[in-house]
Amino acid sequence: MTSVEGLLVCEQDSQRTLSPYVTGTSVIGIKYKDGILMTADMGGSYGSTLRYKSVERMKSIGKHSLLGASGEISDFQEILRYLDELIKYDDMWDDGNSFGPKEIHNYLTRIMYNRRNKFDPLWNSLVLGGVKNGQKYLGTVSMIGVHFEDNHVATGFGNHLARPILRDEWKEDLSYEDAVKLLEKCMRVLLYRDRSAINKLQVAKITEEGVTISQPYSLKTFWGFNAFQNPSKGAEGTW
Amino acid sequence: MARFSPYDNNGGTCVAIAGADYCVIAADTRMSTGYSILTRDYSKICKLADKCLLASSGFQADVRALQKVLSSRHLVYQHQHNKQMSCPAMGQLLSNTLYYKRFFPYYAFNVLGGLDSEGKGCVFTYDAVGSYERVGYSSQGSGSTLIMPVLDNQLKSPSPLLLPAKDAVTPLLENEAVDLVKDVFASAAERDIYTGDRVEIVIVNAEGIRREYIELRKD
Repeated sequence: MTSVEGLLVCEQDSQRTLSPYVTGTSVIGIKYKDGILMTADMGGSYGSTLRYKSVERMKSIGKHSLLGASGEISDFQEILRYLDELIKYDDMWDDGNSFGPKEIHNYLTRIMYNRRNKFDPLWNSLVLGGVKNGQKYLGTVSMIGVHFEDNHVATGFGNHLARPILRDEWKEDLSYEDAVKLLEKCMRVLLYRDRSAINKLQVAKITEEGVTISQPYSLKTFWGFNAFQNPSKGAEGTW
Repeated sequence: MARFSPYDNNGGTCVAIAGADYCVIAADTRMSTGYSILTRDYSKICKLADKCLLASSGFQADVRALQKVLSSRHLVYQHQHNKQMSCPAMGQLLSNTLYYKRFFPYYAFNVLGGLDSEGKGCVFTYDAVGSYERVGYSSQGSGSTLIMPVLDNQLKSPSPLLLPAKDAVTPLLENEAVDLVKDVFASAAERDIYTGDRVEIVIVNAEGIRREYIELRKD
C-alpha cells in the first residue's frame, strides 16, 4: 500500500468529528447586578431538520458555575461528563475548596485546545458564567480553543445579531428584570433571523446563592408585517 | 459542509521600540475573527520576566499556549538559577519554542521587548516558526505592513552590515517614542480592520514597568 492510500484509509476509519451532526444554535450570556444571566433555545438541529425540541443546553457545574453550549450536542454531553468527573475528584479531597468559574473556564479552554491539537475537536462554542467570592465571571471558549472574558458574550449568530444590541444597551448594574428583558430582545431578533432558532427557550441565572434554570417558555412574536405576509409583493418578475 | 480548520486569525498589531535606557512595547486590544469583533479588551502583552515583555498577535489559542510554555519554562529557570531570565535569553528560548513546532506551528507573530543585562533597550522580532533577529524597533501582526515603513522612515536604524557594528537602539527620548507609538497605532486603525479599540503601551526602564492606554477607532 502506498503511503497516500494509507492516509486515506486512516481518515476513513477515524473516529473524529469532521463535521457536526446534531447542533444547537446561539447561547447568550451577560453580567448583571447580582451575577450572570444566560439564555439559549432548546432546539437540536440535524443539519437543517429540527430533530429535537427539548434539549437543555445550559447546565450548572459545581457550586459556582453555569455552562451553556452551542454546536454538537453529543460533544457537549461528553464535556459535561468530563466536568462531572473533575468535580467529583475535587470534592473527594473534602477540604472545603471548590472550583470557581475561572478554574472551570480555564479547564475547558485546555480541553478544547488539546483536542484541536489532536485534530479531533469538540465541536462546540461554550459560554461559562459564574459567581464566586462576590466576583462575577463570564467567558467563552470556541472549538479551536480561542477564549476570552467579557461583560457580555454570545456564540454563533448571537455574535452577529445579539452583541450589537448588547453593546448598545448593556450596563453593569442592570436589574434582574431589565437583564431578562434585554436577553429576550436579543433572542427575539435571533428567532426572527436565525433559521435554526426556535421559540422555546430557557433563561438561567447564577448568583452567590446558586443556579436557577427557568422552565421552558416562548416569546411573544408578531408576524403581521406586510413584508412577512406577502414577501414578493411588488418585486419585479414575481406574482 | 463545514470542515475543521485548526487555525484562525484573530488579528492584532504589536510594536516595540528600543531606546538607550528604555523599551516601549505596545499592542492593540481588539480580538477579531473574520469580519466580527470578539472582544474589544483583550491584552496581547504578556509579562514574562521583570524586564522582558512579549507582545503577540495571530491565533489567540496558540498565543496563549505559547505564553504558558514560556512562563512555565521561566519558572523552572528561576528555580534553577535563582534569578530572572535575561531578555536575550528569553529571545533564544522563544525562538526554540517556536521552532519545536516547526511542522505544526504556533500561528503567532511575536515581538519581544525589554532591557538587556546592561540595561539597554532590546527588541527581538520573530516569524511563526522561530526565525528571529535583534533589532532597534519592530512591528508584527495585521497592521505591520502599515506601521513598519513609518517606523523605518522615522527611526532609520543603522545598517546591520556596518563594521564595526553599530547599536540598533533608536535615538529618540522615551516620551518621543511613546508619542510615535500612539501615532502609528492611530494611523493603522484607520485602514486595518483588525486593529482598533485601544492600545496598551508598556514602558520598561530602570525604574520598572509603566502602563498607558489610549483609545482607538471602535468601528
